[in-house]
Amino acid sequence: MRALSTLYAALLYGFIFLPVAVLVLFSFQGTLFPIPPFNGPSLRWYDAVLSDARLTSGLFNSILVAVITSAIATLLGFLSAWGFTRFHLPASALLRGLITLPLTVSYLIIGMGLLIFFNWIGLPKSLIAAGIGHVVINLPLCFAIIYSQMGEHQANIERAARDLGAGELQVLTLITAPMLWPALFASFFLSMTFSWDEFVIAFLLTRFDTTLPVEIWNLLRAGLNPKTNAVGALVFGVSIILAIVFELVAFRKRPA
Amino acid sequence: MSVSTNTRVGWASVTPAVLWTLVFFAVPFMAMAVASLYPKGGDGLSLANYTQFFANPAYWRALTNSLEVTAIVTVVSVLLAYPFAWILAFVVPERWQRLALMLAVLPFWTSYVVRSYSWLLVLAEKGVINTTLVNAGLLAEPVQLANTRGAAVIGFVHFFVMLLTLTIYANLKQLSPNYAKAAADLGASPFQSFIHVILPLTLPGIMVGAFLTFVLAIGDYITPQILGGNNELLMPQLIMMQIGRRGDFASASALSIILMAVVTVAYLACAKWLKIERA
Repeated sequence: MRALSTLYAALLYGFIFLPVAVLVLFSFQGTLFPIPPFNGPSLRWYDAVLSDARLTSGLFNSILVAVITSAIATLLGFLSAWGFTRFHLPASALLRGLITLPLTVSYLIIGMGLLIFFNWIGLPKSLIAAGIGHVVINLPLCFAIIYSQMGEHQANIERAARDLGAGELQVLTLITAPMLWPALFASFFLSMTFSWDEFVIAFLLTRFDTTLPVEIWNLLRAGLNPKTNAVGALVFGVSIILAIVFELVAFRKRPA
Repeated sequence: MSVSTNTRVGWASVTPAVLWTLVFFAVPFMAMAVASLYPKGGDGLSLANYTQFFANPAYWRALTNSLEVTAIVTVVSVLLAYPFAWILAFVVPERWQRLALMLAVLPFWTSYVVRSYSWLLVLAEKGVINTTLVNAGLLAEPVQLANTRGAAVIGFVHFFVMLLTLTIYANLKQLSPNYAKAAADLGASPFQSFIHVILPLTLPGIMVGAFLTFVLAIGDYITPQILGGNNELLMPQLIMMQIGRRGDFASASALSIILMAVVTVAYLACAKWLKIERA
């Protein structure tokens, strides 16, 4: 039984790691094609990536869109989660349902809808258009995370602050936000990773200035190419570093 | 503080999120629904975009292809992930579990586009598998692996095995060990205890994971486009083709709405089934 388990786990780890291992290995390929035999290691393709203006500007745009849209999504999610838990609003369940609705719709369809809508109102394809779409897909997520962390004991501390003369804005910024810091961080971080990796909305809603996944997609037209391997390996490396940071910050044991 | 100012603060805090969702999600969706009723080159309101879907076998084929591929992907992913999650939860020593799990989902962190591309490296005509098999003398000629339905399925399964391993692992860990102990005390073999006790208890969790797999897979354009190629179109590929090659937004809108209807039906079927399970 134990031997069988080990064998099965080894096979699945093999399946899971095979493509990534091949990707990274052949990013160091010395010749023109990322196919066997391997004849590296060489850094020429990393050089090629870093001196490719389209890729570096795509990288910059991706970071810009991810940071700004995640900040907006986290802020809107936080405000609405707070409003729905602390105040009795009519039609609250309906409105909460509306905010979480985009979670059930595929990115392709959200992108399609925005494409037609922006066409009608005359908003040109741009990073701003794609950014609006990224807030649409991340807001429900941020709302759900923060809403689930809003507890009664925080409400009591807020009440205490109000009794001591704090205004609503002071309560929000000085009391509620710091108490909910882990949820806010998790929301912002998850939004960043989704926006960073999002392809289809950016593909539909941007034209000249675009994000890294779309630039990588454009590279794929050239077929198998070690340059694509190199940029893929770089993205992988950056994502793993972010994941480790997230693991360290979010799951660090805090004093109770 | 009076009740009215209170409510005003409440409204002020929820309005931005509600407005954003209304303006950039609900309204665009309605715009899409309206657009689907005005066929390109037609003269006004018409259901032609919907009727053509049922009349044109190529369109209908895209939907059945999508449903077949998604069903295969969902079943295979669950079957592969469940034993893996089981091993991680019960065979791997407790203190190594977190690391084992993190390793199991590590490739999750490559970008989605890059992950599909890296399978292309493995499956291509001169890729790793073909080269290895030909060099080992097991194959005389490279066989076509990329640009097939099988390649798309492999790419999907790779992604969803990771996702399902995470969800099923979480499910298994929250089961109290007392269930298995009680079953053993009552004379059940480990196999019987698994079939009659553990599996039914984890079934709702599996259904949630399977539904998530279904929804994400059926709406995905990247994997079938990169790995499956254009020999056999799935729904998202057909939709993108209407926009890209033909500039036919009306038809693309109608197809998107049909795709969404299919997902909604699946959701309703699934929700019902889940409720029965819990009762």
